[in-house]
Amino acid sequence: MISRTFRRTAGAVTATLAVTLAACGPAGEGGNGDGQPEAGEFEGRGPINYVAGRDVTGTMQDIIDEWNAENPDEEVTYVELPEDPDSQRQQIIQNAQTQADTYGVINVDNVWTAEFAANQWLEPLPEDEFPVDEMLEPVAETARYQDQMYTVPFWTDAGLLYYRTDLLDEAGIDEPPATWTELEQQCDQVLRLPEADGVSCYAGQFEKYEGLTVNFAEAVQSAGGAVTGEDGTPTVDTAEAREGLRFLVEGFESGLIPEAAITYQEEEGRQAFQDGNLLFHRQWPYQYALASADDGSSDVAGAFDVAPLPGADGPGSSSLGGWNLGVSVFAENKATALDFVKYMTSKENQRRNLEDATLAPAYAELYEDPELVEEFPYLPELRESIESAVPRPKVVRYGDATAAIQDYAYAAITGDADPEQALSGLQERLEEITGGQ
Amino acid sequence: MGSETTVRRPHPARTAEPSGPGEPGRTARKRRSESMRLGTLLIAPTVLVLAVVVAFPTLDAIRMSLFGQPGLDPDTGFVSDTEPFVGLDNYATILTDAGARFWNAFANTVFFTITSVALEAVIGVCMALIMHQALRGRALVRASILIPWAIPTAIVALLWRWIFNADGIANALLPGRVLWTTEGIQAMVAVIVADVWKTAPFVGLLVLAGLQLIPRETHEAAKVDGAGAWRRFWSITLPLVKPALLVALLFRILDALRVFDMPYVLIGPRKSSVETLSMLAHDEASNVRFGSGAAYAVLLFLFVVLVAFAFVKLLGADVVGDAEPRPTRRARRKARAPRRAEGSEP
Repeated sequence: MISRTFRRTAGAVTATLAVTLAACGPAGEGGNGDGQPEAGEFEGRGPINYVAGRDVTGTMQDIIDEWNAENPDEEVTYVELPEDPDSQRQQIIQNAQTQADTYGVINVDNVWTAEFAANQWLEPLPEDEFPVDEMLEPVAETARYQDQMYTVPFWTDAGLLYYRTDLLDEAGIDEPPATWTELEQQCDQVLRLPEADGVSCYAGQFEKYEGLTVNFAEAVQSAGGAVTGEDGTPTVDTAEAREGLRFLVEGFESGLIPEAAITYQEEEGRQAFQDGNLLFHRQWPYQYALASADDGSSDVAGAFDVAPLPGADGPGSSSLGGWNLGVSVFAENKATALDFVKYMTSKENQRRNLEDATLAPAYAELYEDPELVEEFPYLPELRESIESAVPRPKVVRYGDATAAIQDYAYAAITGDADPEQALSGLQERLEEITGGQ
Repeated sequence: MGSETTVRRPHPARTAEPSGPGEPGRTARKRRSESMRLGTLLIAPTVLVLAVVVAFPTLDAIRMSLFGQPGLDPDTGFVSDTEPFVGLDNYATILTDAGARFWNAFANTVFFTITSVALEAVIGVCMALIMHQALRGRALVRASILIPWAIPTAIVALLWRWIFNADGIANALLPGRVLWTTEGIQAMVAVIVADVWKTAPFVGLLVLAGLQLIPRETHEAAKVDGAGAWRRFWSITLPLVKPALLVALLFRILDALRVFDMPYVLIGPRKSSVETLSMLAHDEASNVRFGSGAAYAVLLFLFVVLVAFAFVKLLGADVVGDAEPRPTRRARRKARAPRRAEGSEP
């Protein structure tokens, strides 16, 4: 009886193990492995797979259908991954571990570029074949690892400061804040108004997840610091970084940032802003359309606008989101894959992505197109935000780096750790993680 | 049986002939070897499947736990191709400073298991009693109690996440404002509440099956003898339902020890107040540290095996059902005892 129980138990447990460790396997080999990377050879034509997260708006499938109509011999199949980026990354890694040729062109979060390139899961791309100089420079930079291009920007994203025009008008303020001091002053003025009852000053994304890394990095950059230097070495134990983190820590202490914001991801914050509970909100461009909806879901429709992020002494600096396309090293028909990447990331298709799915383009020109600016009034501010933006740290072990940032930043803003100690601890941890890079 | 073993091998010339009536031993032996062969054939697919889906992954996980993380070549900027063999280093880390996270996860797992299973046992038994008793709307009561169990855990976690939102129902109903999903004991409370809500019906269902096996006369006889409701519950219901309850608890304990989805979705990854061993192993594996991830998973596996073994040994939980008559008869005897003492046996 016992042995049978044992076997059952073992079965149950191993099933868990199998799930938990499904991604496991020896590290993949492949690539040339020696010396400097060069653009790979792109040979072979035929059907390929395009692998990306769920196509929420249906735009991607339309674009792919058009390619297929024109290139019947090089048919592209859309392989949909889960909507959650962590699961996407896991599946892409699994595919690389098994060196399967299933994944041809892959849609990657731009912070994965360093990790995937260092593991030689992405084919080095010939930069001269892409109109990189027409793209906004910080965006183009997300495509490179050690000065070699591995991915092509497909759409980009940067933070904006959403603010309530009605409340600022009421208080007689005509310009949104450009610095943190102005932000505090304006809050002081506005929150005294009877109309501002129940309104809090400022919020961003402070729950312990990737959003916190983004907000922490922005605070540090907006105070003139950087999470990692040019060469990738961590630089968070500096006076600038301390000032940046202090803005968040003191914000929570003084009530400038509402207590509940510690649980905010994008959606919780959006809800608070749309319910009229926030005067200033650091958020991605996607909120613009949703908060403008006049179907009753938003109480602030027509009563808000956007500005670039404020900083310590001048304009702030955003973290850069966005997704790029790369070609899997293990793919077949790489010539087709390269052409397809060119097609997908073309100006025409990025324009279409903006129009149909509100995904911000990488091309500078599109931000000046009067037609587009009319439809998306936030484009000029977004461009400004992107141009002063800094890509998130280029760390091969990005998962560990972002976890470390979240651990220390969260401890500091919840008051569990002294900000200075948190930063020196974080510095040490990041040095460990980036060691040898 | 012993005599049969003396004939080692049938004579080759006779094997083809049908067995005569004068050779009963041979017939039986042949029949037995045939049924042995048939038996082997029938279980072969099962054994094969188990080997592929159980034995292989377990052994491979153990093998993998002996390897470290591939290093980064500073010259090329590429990650090296091979994972270094590190022996038991991945296990040894739990004894060092870096092991703090492991022991925290271990403590969380144990705490979660003990509290949630204890609550589920009490509430589950209550539910079973209600499902068993309710006369009017019985089907409705049973169905409604079972709804939480029918909802996938990830969905349950999402539902409770909304309930425990800063502006959620929990804060609207309770005095004060608790930020449930932040670090702290309240996060663990939220996970336990959600888990109990979801799985108490499972315990209830198994206990109900046990309750329905108790003959009605036992209760009636005890009632005639003047035993009160409380006494009947302690002396009749509980002992008789114990085998079913123990099986339910064993399943729940094994389940709770490898809990992952509830805290992961409800509270979030890497929150030290609710991080469990499964979450730790998952986090390591998703950061491409398969070696230490596998080591944590193997440790969890060994721990679960140990707990299951201890549970079966100490409490005699009858999981497979082959020891069926023993505890039941004992329980019956115990249940009958008060009656016999008063000499009122029919």
